Amino acid sequence: MDQDPDAALLGRLRAGDEQAFVMLVRRHHDAMLHLARGYVPSMAVAEEVVQDTWLGVLRGLSGFEGRSSVRTWLLRILVNRARTAGARERRSVAVSDPEPTVDPSRFDRAGAWAIPPEHWAEQADDRLDAVKLAGRLRSAIDELPGRQREVVTLRDVEGMTSEEVCGVLEISEGNQRVLLHRGRSRLRQILETEFGEA
Amino acid sequence: MLGKLLARRRGIVCQQAVELVTDYLEGALSRADRRRFEAHLAACPHCTEYLAQMRKTIALTGTVTTADLSPQMADEFITLYRRWQADPGGEAE
Repeated sequence: MDQDPDAALLGRLRAGDEQAFVMLVRRHHDAMLHLARGYVPSMAVAEEVVQDTWLGVLRGLSGFEGRSSVRTWLLRILVNRARTAGARERRSVAVSDPEPTVDPSRFDRAGAWAIPPEHWAEQADDRLDAVKLAGRLRSAIDELPGRQREVVTLRDVEGMTSEEVCGVLEISEGNQRVLLHRGRSRLRQILETEFGEA
Repeated sequence: MLGKLLARRRGIVCQQAVELVTDYLEGALSRADRRRFEAHLAACPHCTEYLAQMRKTIALTGTVTTADLSPQMADEFITLYRRWQADPGGEAE
């Protein structure tokens, strides 16, 4: 437990350390904002949800029992509040439709590549400016459909495990993989376009 | 659906392979499907590149930096904290 910086900060926070609170906020603020934004109509409302979440965290400090990681606990509180604020139906997430993630016209009738991917994976770092790429990816992530954005943000930007993500979003491993696959495939496609133009 | 497709034939085609990439990377394929997937890759440079591109995409997504708290936001959270400390139960909703 002591290796988890969040747990250490939470300990200090419980002891009344104001700076520990700001540090904890700092560590999770951006993820929370992007996560909340998937449920509510505007960034302003997302910011309110995040503030409301932290107030809830402070009031619930004594209730945290360490059964999940601090991060999972925080993000769950956030998701619950964002869902309430957005009143968005969870069932509206259609994860079962088997839409292809690569344009079918790129394959021949037998399903083999007709227009194969150009090779760029190896030279990606040399061909485009890393800062520009990260910026392009940031906006591409923001444009993903809600659930894909959440899963990609938590898994690939925040580096959470699939178990953590399923715990935060309360979705099954299978759904998580489908959403991750769609999101990542879309981002690959964006990069393909970027490299095609480079 | 894909599982049934795979069971029906011995090999897989490119269009199926690209849809299995995430399951493969997540270690979610059955042993038989993983073997078929890897056999396909061994014979298909395009799908090998596609897999490399997905890996690269994941790596690049990991470089997307998260925005730091602005000084103004930090101040707001300090205010939030002090308000809570003054009134831990929270009458002022």
